[in-house]
Amino acid sequence: MDKYLHTPLTEEKTRSLKAGDYVYITGTIYTARDAAHKRMQETLDTGGTLPMDIKDNVIYYMGPSPAREGRPIGSAGPTTASRMDKYTPKLLDLGLKGMIGKGKRSKEVLDAIVRNGAVYFAAVGGAGALLSKAIIASEVVAYEDLGTEAIRRLEVKDFPVIVVADAEGGNLYETAVKEYAGRV
Amino acid sequence: MRTIEVKEITRHIKEMCIEANYFLSEDMDLAMKQAAETEKAPLGKQILCQLQENLRIAGEDSIPICQDTGMAVIFLEIGQEVHFIGGSLEDAVNEGVRQGYEEGFLRKSVVGDPLLRENTKDNTPAVIHYEITEGKKVIITVAPKGFGSENMSRIFMLKPADGMDGVKNAILTAVKDAGPNACPPMVIGVGIGGTFEKCALLAKKALTRPVDARSEIPYVREMEEELLKKINGLGIGPGGLGGTTTALAVNINTYPTHIAGLPVAVNICCHVNRHKTRAL
Repeated sequence: MDKYLHTPLTEEKTRSLKAGDYVYITGTIYTARDAAHKRMQETLDTGGTLPMDIKDNVIYYMGPSPAREGRPIGSAGPTTASRMDKYTPKLLDLGLKGMIGKGKRSKEVLDAIVRNGAVYFAAVGGAGALLSKAIIASEVVAYEDLGTEAIRRLEVKDFPVIVVADAEGGNLYETAVKEYAGRV
Repeated sequence: MRTIEVKEITRHIKEMCIEANYFLSEDMDLAMKQAAETEKAPLGKQILCQLQENLRIAGEDSIPICQDTGMAVIFLEIGQEVHFIGGSLEDAVNEGVRQGYEEGFLRKSVVGDPLLRENTKDNTPAVIHYEITEGKKVIITVAPKGFGSENMSRIFMLKPADGMDGVKNAILTAVKDAGPNACPPMVIGVGIGGTFEKCALLAKKALTRPVDARSEIPYVREMEEELLKKINGLGIGPGGLGGTTTALAVNINTYPTHIAGLPVAVNICCHVNRHKTRAL
């Protein structure tokens, strides 16, 4: 089912999503990948505050290629989410409501998604040129020294994603693969 | 004796790094088109059509096909009668990578130390494989490798008694475990035989073989075809979201091995299987 969503992503909105829904996201989201997650964790461990308010926010696991002149961003597709699994339950418990990436998540993350009424979306891996067209603005907001791994605030318009793991425990990776196994 | 200036190598490597990241090779381009036509799952088909659109945008608007423009893997086949002048060959290769990634607006994804993890900011060093051949030719293959799929690659040190079935199971296990993480539809490069490191190199090189070229060894060719069918029957599909296109090809290379061993390496690549070759 096609759905259109605006950020911030409140629990009311996440609860309306089901694994398999095709969703177009509009509004503000943040990028963070391996190195930024490590720094956010260190910040939390030492009692500091995160560089952005993550309550009802969406993190996109993505490190773009450099932007050409006059463009907001370069190629901008999802990276593998499981590398962030170690850090994710904590962020979900702090109010993070959505994640965009690709690939399987750990049981700890899936449990934290259900516990917090959150959602995990997949964007199409390897479609960075296409996805960049849905990003209308990009600004580095923290950890600039990390280069492509810095935290960016993105303005997106109808950014296309698919619900993989929903707040009720639904998981498209499991159900869809079973459906097509043996059907060649 | 043939003399080649190393700055010539720099120029080729630079151009090939850029070209590989904006345009798929013909074999991959064709395989992706065919997959979009034959996929049975509606969502799978939609994803493959988006990937067609992605390739069009990449070429027309000069945006890399994928933001992970890879670690530059470079194969250099060098004729033994060739003499390089004008500096170090290795430096020339890395200079080509440096220039290509900078001028091509490609992402710098290399850290200088695996544990200290500071970005080298120019995507060097490359991973370079040299091979000395007969004659005067130099063949350069540039294969920028993304790590979503690289991370899902495996090595199995099987026993001779595991035989053909053991090898097939190992390959299927690697693909099943990779699932959505490796950005399917994948290309599966397999190395069988040699030693621990040799089978990994065979698998990597197998990824640079055109996806529509089957092995010349009859039994290997049969294995490639059978495994492709089995892999596409796993149901993983485009993006791992279910479907009948999980892999575009299984490319297997073999090499003699030891009486006590049966090494198998499975190097998985995503649908952005980049490889460009030039002969000088």
